[in-house]
This record gives sequence, structure tokens and C-alpha cells, in this order.
Amino acid sequence: MSQPGSETNPLRVAIIGAGPTGFYTADHLFKQKDVVVEVDMFDRLPTPFGLVRLGVAPDHQKIKSVTKAFNRTAGRPKFRFYGYVELGKDIMLEDLRRHYHQIIYTTGAQSDRKMGIPGEDLPGSHPATEFVAWYNGHPDYRDYRFDLSQESVAVVGIGNVAMDVARILSSAPEELAKTDIADYALEALSQSAIKEIYILGRRGPAQAKFTNPEIKELGELADADISVLPEEAKLDSLSKAALEAGQDRAMMKNVEILQEYASREPAGKRRKLTMRFLVSPVELIGNEEDGVTAMRLVRNELYATEAGTLRPRATDQFEEISVGLVFRSVGYRGKPLPGVPFNDSWGVILNQTGRVLNPDTQQPVVGEYTAGWIKRGPSGVIGTNKPDALETVTCMLKDLAKGLTLTPADPAVEAVEKLVQERQPNFFSYADWLKLDEIEVARGKELGRPRLKFTCVEDMLAALGR
Amino acid sequence: MTIDPHQTIRDALATLARHNFGALVVVNQANKPIGIISERDIARLAAKNEDLFSIPVNEVMTKNVITGIRQDELKAVTNTMTEKRIRHLPIVDSQGTLIGIVTLGDVVKAERNIFEGEVDTLRTQILADEA
Ligand SMILES: Cc1cc2nc3c(=O)[nH]c(=O)nc-3n(C[C@H](O)[C@H](O)[C@H](O)COP(=O)(O)OP(=O)(O)OC[C@H]3O[C@@H](n4cnc5c(N)ncnc54)[C@H](O)[C@@H]3O)c2cc1C
Repeated sequence: MSQPGSETNPLRVAIIGAGPTGFYTADHLFKQKDVVVEVDMFDRLPTPFGLVRLGVAPDHQKIKSVTKAFNRTAGRPKFRFYGYVELGKDIMLEDLRRHYHQIIYTTGAQSDRKMGIPGEDLPGSHPATEFVAWYNGHPDYRDYRFDLSQESVAVVGIGNVAMDVARILSSAPEELAKTDIADYALEALSQSAIKEIYILGRRGPAQAKFTNPEIKELGELADADISVLPEEAKLDSLSKAALEAGQDRAMMKNVEILQEYASREPAGKRRKLTMRFLVSPVELIGNEEDGVTAMRLVRNELYATEAGTLRPRATDQFEEISVGLVFRSVGYRGKPLPGVPFNDSWGVILNQTGRVLNPDTQQPVVGEYTAGWIKRGPSGVIGTNKPDALETVTCMLKDLAKGLTLTPADPAVEAVEKLVQERQPNFFSYADWLKLDEIEVARGKELGRPRLKFTCVEDMLAALGR
Repeated sequence: MTIDPHQTIRDALATLARHNFGALVVVNQANKPIGIISERDIARLAAKNEDLFSIPVNEVMTKNVITGIRQDELKAVTNTMTEKRIRHLPIVDSQGTLIGIVTLGDVVKAERNIFEGEVDTLRTQILADEA
């Protein structure tokens, strides 16, 4: 048979994971002028968009507008979506090899790193991602419970996710009611007794990675006074030197904003949001019955690594803060997919510029690729996945030109359709999603909200009359 | 991307060529970096010694190898690599075991992707404002 990529013998590509990276990949493939490509996109969830729907904070709707571009990609005639079909459960790698020339994994980073301290698994201590998934209406997390009757909560970490969590916990019910936060979460958070929220950073104000708008937002909340300890807002000599050498304007601005917070008088709002720097939790104190009751912290100082990063090092000064709820956000790692080589040190699929590698030979595995967070780890913004996907697609096309693809026994579209029908009769098509989307937006409109999300599969099926 | 200190320059050249690498990390038996040997090191050696092929790697390698850790920041790493003129940075875990190598090309690519990504993300948001 001729090389795939023609009208009569199109290049059949399976994309596993319908997050931003999956859509950027499809888009790059469809832009090829001299290769005819058919894309089937699978996701374990009924709804597309990955973390854009279920990670990005509900009060950051503008960021979610990127889905308009994804809808355009999905509108291509040679695009199909199979939602609610999980690789490793409903379909297997062998199935994909029988139906596709190329397979690309864009499954994201699905699990949290641990802090590795005593008491971490006490009731009341959670990965921040579980809370994020819960308030965003992720079907797997809707039944999780978080004890919002506590008065004091600590968020460990100072990246975007930690900032999102702290902001949601500090927000007024009226602020949340304007978002697409899951309805059960809106209700639970409206009754929250939380008065004191700590954000704990291991390093200093000059190493925090948040953007200027993110840090400004925290100073403008209706229900919470922001507070920073003056001694922690001051720069140590190493940080000062690094800032001056790097000429990093955004970082300098962050420090300025934080120093302004340090000098602010509290306005007597209902809640207090305290940002702490140069501290690390060393133990969560409590017991199985009452859960977490306190957290022991060590103060850190900074030192420069060989490669030039300023890292925290524990001193011998400790303190204790009383907290009843803890969310940790100290990093993500990908989860291995059955049968797909994994690099355990980095928590990503073993790959070189997107080509999956055989761990024994370190040579590419024919026909298998990866992109996005599961390829490079959790870094950058949504748009960073676009050039990243392009790098992989470039490899896919080069390999195609060399004849290096799988040789599927049954590449017909209908064959896949039939297989999915058998394995997951309740799968969701893109037309199904567009209908759900329309209903969600309409339900939201009545309430003055961007949308009212469906959060369980049964409700989604029912809404589609199935 | 690694080589044993007792292997020869011939072995090093073969590995460099086969994988299209610019440098190899020289590791001991515990897989800890003890040196690095680059194309440049070998080219310099060739200029003064034509019988270089059977010389062991550990006589040619740079011994004071600067390493990074997984948590090192892109900006800091870029600065260090440009200032110290190094093109390959071995990455080690908390035990000092080699887990990867970052090249100047990787760093430049990552910076470009982050920049392009930010521009793209901002552009979508601005367009959303107008809509
Ligand atoms: C809490 C949070 C907030 C964020 N906020 C922002 C922000 O404000 N702005 C910004 O620019 N970026 C933000 N990001 C980053 C952004 O979400 C990521 O860059 C982006 O989503 C990564 O895309 P991805 O496609 O690689 O992975 P994901 O978005 O995670 O998509 C992966 C998809 O693969 C599916 N999948 C996984 N395993 C399987 C399987 N076995 N079979 C089938 N499907 C599978 C998943 O269900 C998911 O839909 C945030 C991230 C988080 C975690």
C-alpha cells in the first residue's frame, strides 16, 4: 500500500487526552497541506479541554476563552472525539496499534507530589489538586469532602495553583456566585467558617513565580485582608543581587507589591490572608480522630546552587501555627500509562523531542509520541503547549516521510466507531459536548453565571436524553 | 549520554556520533557524574596529539563538572550556562545520581516556548475582551 497521508489512505492519528495539548496537536496536523490526516481524540472524561475546564480557576473565565480556538479545530470534518473512553481501561494500546498509524499521548500531569513529612496523611490534609478538581466539578472528585468548618487553613506552596486555592478560600460568596464554580462547592464555600488563610512559601518574595496580576488580585478581595510580615518582605543580599543581575522587572514589581502589603493596616474584613516566606512545614500535628490541629514550620535561609538557583535551607528555628485544614501544592507529576515507557525521575513519558523511547535501547518506539505536560512536566502557561506540540508533530511528519509508522490492520473509521460502541456504549461525541455546553451556558445565564456545570456522568447522559 | 572513565576516546567518538550528542557525562559505577567530555575537548586534543584514539576518557575529561538539580530554574540555568560558557549541564538527584542532561539548545528552546506561549495566551485573552 502507498504511504499513508493521501485522500484514499489518510494518515490515521489517535490523540490520547483532550486537554489543550491534544487540541494544539490536532490543529498542527490539520494545517499540513500535503498530508491528509484523520484525527480521533480520546479522553477518559465525557467533556473535553482537560485542565482548562477542571483546573483553571472558575474566577478566571477569560483564560478559558482559549476553548473557542479548540472548537474550531474540532469542527474540522476529519476530527472525531470519543469522550468517556479511557486508555488502559476501555481501550488498550493493542487496539490503537490495530487502527492507527500514529499514537500521541497528551494525558497531562495527573498526580501531586508529596511533602514527605510526618502527619501528611492525617484527615484534613489534602493535595490541592483534589480541592481544585472538586470546586471545578470534576466527576471523579464531586463526592470528596473538605472540612470547611475549620477556622484556620494552610496552603503549602506558592505557585499558581496555591494562589488559586488560597483565593477561592478567601473569596466572598457573592464573588464566587459570578463564576462557573460547581454548585455544590459554591454552597459549601458560602457556609465556610474559615477566618485565617496562610500561604506558605519555602523561598523568599523574590523567588515567588506568580505574575503581577495574580498577586494584585489577592490585595483586592472583598472579604479578606492581605498581610505579609515586614521582616519576610525584606530582601536578603543574595536575592537582591540576583534581582539586580537578572533585571527581572516582573519579579521586582512582585517584591514592591508584597512590601506594600507588609505596610498595610488591616481594614477589618471577615478573613485574613497571610503570606509567609522562607518557611517549610516539617510536621503536621494531630490525630486520626480530630485530624490536623497544627503545623510545625522551620524557618529557611537561601543559598545558591551550582547552577545558580537560590534554594532554601532549613535553619534551627521552628514555630507552630494552629491549622485544621491543609492543602499542599508542591508540584505535579504524570502518571504512567500501561505499556508506555516512563521516566520515573522526571515523572514524564520517556521521550526525546516527543518521540517515545524504548527504555532498553533508548531508540524511538515506532508510531508513538507525546506532548504537553506528560512530555515535559508541568511548566509554562496553556499556550506553552502549542510550540511543544509543534515540536512533536514535526517529528511525526518527518517519520511519516521516512515511512516510519505503524501498519494498522484495520485503519477504517468505522472499525474504531464499532470498537468504542462495544467497549463504552455511553461514549460522548463532540456533538454531544456542544449540546451539553449549550445547556450549561443556558442554565448559567438564568443565574447570572458563565455556566452551570454538569458534574456527574448520569446527569450529562440524562441531559442528552440517553 | 554517559561513558565510563576507562573507556577510550575512540569509544567516546563512536557514542557521540551514534546519538548525535555534543558531550558525554563521565560517570562512576554508582552513576554519579565525575566529569564531562565534549566534542570540543576532543577537537582540542586532536590538534596536539594525533594518536588520541586509545587515550582513556578520564585523562581528557573536564573534572570539575557543574551539575544542576531538577528544581533549578530556567532563568538561573540560562545565566549560569552563558556566563560560565558551558553547553551541557548534567542533572542529578538528591543522592548525586545522574538523571538527565540539559543542553544550551534545550534551554533556548524552553525559553522560546515559554515566551511564545505567553504571547499566545495573552492574545487569546485580549481577543476575548473584544468579543
Ligand atoms: C489548578 C491549575 C490551574 C491552572 N491555571 C492556569 C491558568 O490560569 N493559566 C494558564 O495558562 N495555565 C494554567 N494552568 C496550566 C494549564 O492547565 C496546563 O498548561 C495545561 O492544561 C496542560 O495541558 P495538557 O493538555 O498537557 O494536560 P491536561 O490539561 O491535563 O489534559 C490532559 C487530558 O488527558 C486526559 N487523560 C488522562 N489520562 C487519560 C487516559 N488514560 N485516557 C484518556 N484520556 C486521559 C485527561 O482527562 C485530560 O482531559 C493551570 C493548571 C492547574 C493544575
